[in-house]
Amino acid sequence: MNHRMGAWRRRHVLGGFVGLAALGAPAILRAAPSGQPVKVGGTLSLTGFLAQTAVIHKIGAEIMVEDINSRNGFLGRPVEYIMLDDQSKPDVARSLYEKLITVDKVDLIMGPYATAPILAAMGVAQRYGKVMIQSSMGIPKLQTYDMAFPATPFGSEPDKTYPNVLLDCMATLPAPPKTMVIVTSKFPSAQFMAQGMRTEAEKRGVKVPLYLEYEAGNRDFGAIAARVKEANADFLWVGSLGLESNQILESLRKLDYTPKTSFHLYPAPGPLALSPDGNLVWSSTFLEPDEPFMSRPGMKKIAELYKERATKANLPYAIIDAQAAGMVAAWQILEAGVNGAKSLEDKQIAAWLKKNVVTTVYGPTKFDGLYNHGEPAQLIRQVQDKQWKVIWPKQFVAPGVKLIAT
Amino acid sequence: MPSATLLGQALISGVLAGGMYGLLALGLSLSWGLLRLVNLSHFALAFLAAYLTYELGTTYHVAPWWAAAMIVPVMFLIGLAQHWLFDRFKVNELASLLITFSFAVILEVAIQLYWTADYRRFETHYSTMSIKVGGFYIPVLELVLCMVAGLLAWGTWLWLRKTYVGKALRAAAEDADIAAAYGVDHKKLAYLLSGMGAAYAAIAGTFIALIATLAPTQIWAWLGVVFAVVIIGRLGNPLGALLAGMLIGASESIAMAVFEPAWAPVVSFSVLIAILLWDPEWL
Repeated sequence: MNHRMGAWRRRHVLGGFVGLAALGAPAILRAAPSGQPVKVGGTLSLTGFLAQTAVIHKIGAEIMVEDINSRNGFLGRPVEYIMLDDQSKPDVARSLYEKLITVDKVDLIMGPYATAPILAAMGVAQRYGKVMIQSSMGIPKLQTYDMAFPATPFGSEPDKTYPNVLLDCMATLPAPPKTMVIVTSKFPSAQFMAQGMRTEAEKRGVKVPLYLEYEAGNRDFGAIAARVKEANADFLWVGSLGLESNQILESLRKLDYTPKTSFHLYPAPGPLALSPDGNLVWSSTFLEPDEPFMSRPGMKKIAELYKERATKANLPYAIIDAQAAGMVAAWQILEAGVNGAKSLEDKQIAAWLKKNVVTTVYGPTKFDGLYNHGEPAQLIRQVQDKQWKVIWPKQFVAPGVKLIAT
Repeated sequence: MPSATLLGQALISGVLAGGMYGLLALGLSLSWGLLRLVNLSHFALAFLAAYLTYELGTTYHVAPWWAAAMIVPVMFLIGLAQHWLFDRFKVNELASLLITFSFAVILEVAIQLYWTADYRRFETHYSTMSIKVGGFYIPVLELVLCMVAGLLAWGTWLWLRKTYVGKALRAAAEDADIAAAYGVDHKKLAYLLSGMGAAYAAIAGTFIALIATLAPTQIWAWLGVVFAVVIIGRLGNPLGALLAGMLIGASESIAMAVFEPAWAPVVSFSVLIAILLWDPEWL
C-alpha cells in the first residue's frame, strides 16, 4: 500500500481529501442544494436471497444521499435516489435499469448489489452509455464495460493477489500451516476465489488434500464436516456466504472437532463474531471500525450514522464493515466524479475518474488498471473478544492488536 | 475411498437430517393426500413458527418447548381459518397450489417486514451437543427431532387406521359421495385435518428455529426436497413420509461423503425419478 502511495500524484490525493473534508465542515458554511433534483436510479436486492446483505447497502446509500444533500448536492442541485427492488434476480435488475433510464429518465445510475445483478445492470448501462459505479462485484474480470467503476478495492485479479495476502499472514504463525482443506460454496464469486486459493497455496508448497464445493443454500453440513474432520488439515479455508460458516463450524463441533485455524471468505460478520465457534477465526475485509480506518475523513460520522440506522432497522449487527462501506465508497466516487467533471454527462464523469484519484472510506482509490481497477487492498481480520480486528498486513493493524495463534 | 467411520457418520447425519424432511412432509402429505389440497403455505407457516420460537426465545427467554406449546394451538387455528377460505371459495387441487403459493409469498413479506431480511440464529447451549457412540457422534437435537417426527408419524398413522375419524377421512378421500352416504361429514373432518397440518408445521418450525438459520427466503429452500419426499412416501401416508425423508437424507449425505457435496441436491430428484420409473405397487 505504501509503495503505491508514492506513485500517486499529490494534487489528486489532496483534491480528494479536500472534498471529503467537507463532511466535517459546519452546515452553516455550505449552501443548501436547490433546483431540480438530480435523479440517480439504482436497484438493490431488497427481497430474495441477497436481501440479507443488500439491506446493509441500502443503509449505506441512504446515509450518503443525506450527507451529499446536507452539503452541496450534485453541482448545487439536490440528489434524489430512486431505489427499486430487483428481488435478487438479474433479469428483474436488467428490466428495472431499462425503466430507470428510459421511463424515469434518471440523470445517473448507481450499481446494484452482488455480481449477478451487477452484470445484468452493466449490460443496460453499456447500451445507454451510462457511468456505473458498483460496490460488490467479486469477479473483476467480468467488468468489461469501459465506463463501469469498482468502489471496493478487490484489484483486477483477487483470485491471485488475495490468496497470497492470506498465505503471507499464515507464514507469520509460529507453526505455519503445511496442509489446507478448502470447502466452498458454488456461488460464483466464492468459487472463483476458492479455485485461486487452491492454485496459489499449491504454488507456495501448502498441500490441499481436500477440496469440496457445495451448492449455495446447502441445508446439511454433517457429511462435509465429517470429511473435513477426517482430512484434519492444518488450515481450513471456507468459501462461505452468509451464515454458512456458522453452520459448518457448528457441524464440526457436533463431531467434537475444532479446526486448528480457519478462514471464512464472505461470512455474515455479526453472527460469526458473536458465535462461540467464531472465536479467533479469520476472514476477509477491506475496512473495520478501528484505527487507522477511523481516522479517514468522514469515517467516524458515517460509522455513527450506520450504527444508528442499522439499530433502527433492527439489524442484529449494527457495526459498519466492508459491506456497508462498499456502498458508501460508491457514492463517494460518484460525487467526486460529478464534482470533478463539473458535469452530469456520463462520458465526462468517466473520463475524470480514469485520470484522477478519489479518496473514499477505503482510502485513495484509482481506476487506471485492468477492468478499471486500482491496486488491491484486501486485509485479514480475526475475531478477538467477539469483535473483528484487522491482523494483516501490519500497517493496517490497530495499536495493541496482534494476531492470536491457535 | 472413504473410511467406514466417514460413511457411518455421513449415514447418521443424513438419516437425522431426513427426520426434518419427514416432519415437514407430514402435514403436506396429509393435506394433499386426504384433502386434495396442495398447501404450499405449509413451508411459510413452519417458518412463521420458527421465527415466533426465535422471538420468544431471544426476547422473552421462553424455552422452545414452552414456545411450541403456545404456537401449536395458534397454528391449528390458522389452519382452520385457511380451510374456511378453501371451503368458502370451493378451491380445487390446482387452484390450491396457486392460492397457497400466494399465502406463502404474503407470509414471507410479512416475516421480512418484521424480522428484516437479515439472518437470524437462535443460539442455545444444547444446539451442538452430541452423544458419542463408538466412533460416531449423534447430535442430540436432531435425534430428538427424529424421535418427535417418528412419534407424530406413527401416532397419525395409527389414528388414520384405527379410529373412526381416521377411517372416515380416508374413506372421504377415496370417494367423498359414498362416504357421505355412510354419514361421514367430510367438511368438518377436513377442518380438523387442516388444523392438524398447520400444527405439524408449527412443530417442524420449532425445530427449524433450533437447528437452521432463519432468513425469509429460506421458506423456499425445503420445497423441492419435501415435495419429492411426499411423493416417494405416498400421499396421505405419514409413516411413508418419514421413511422417505430418511431415505432422501441418507442418500444426500452419502453422496456428499463419497462424491461431491454439490451433487446432494440432485439426489432427491434422482431418487424420485428412479422410483417413479420403477413404479412400485406401494406408490
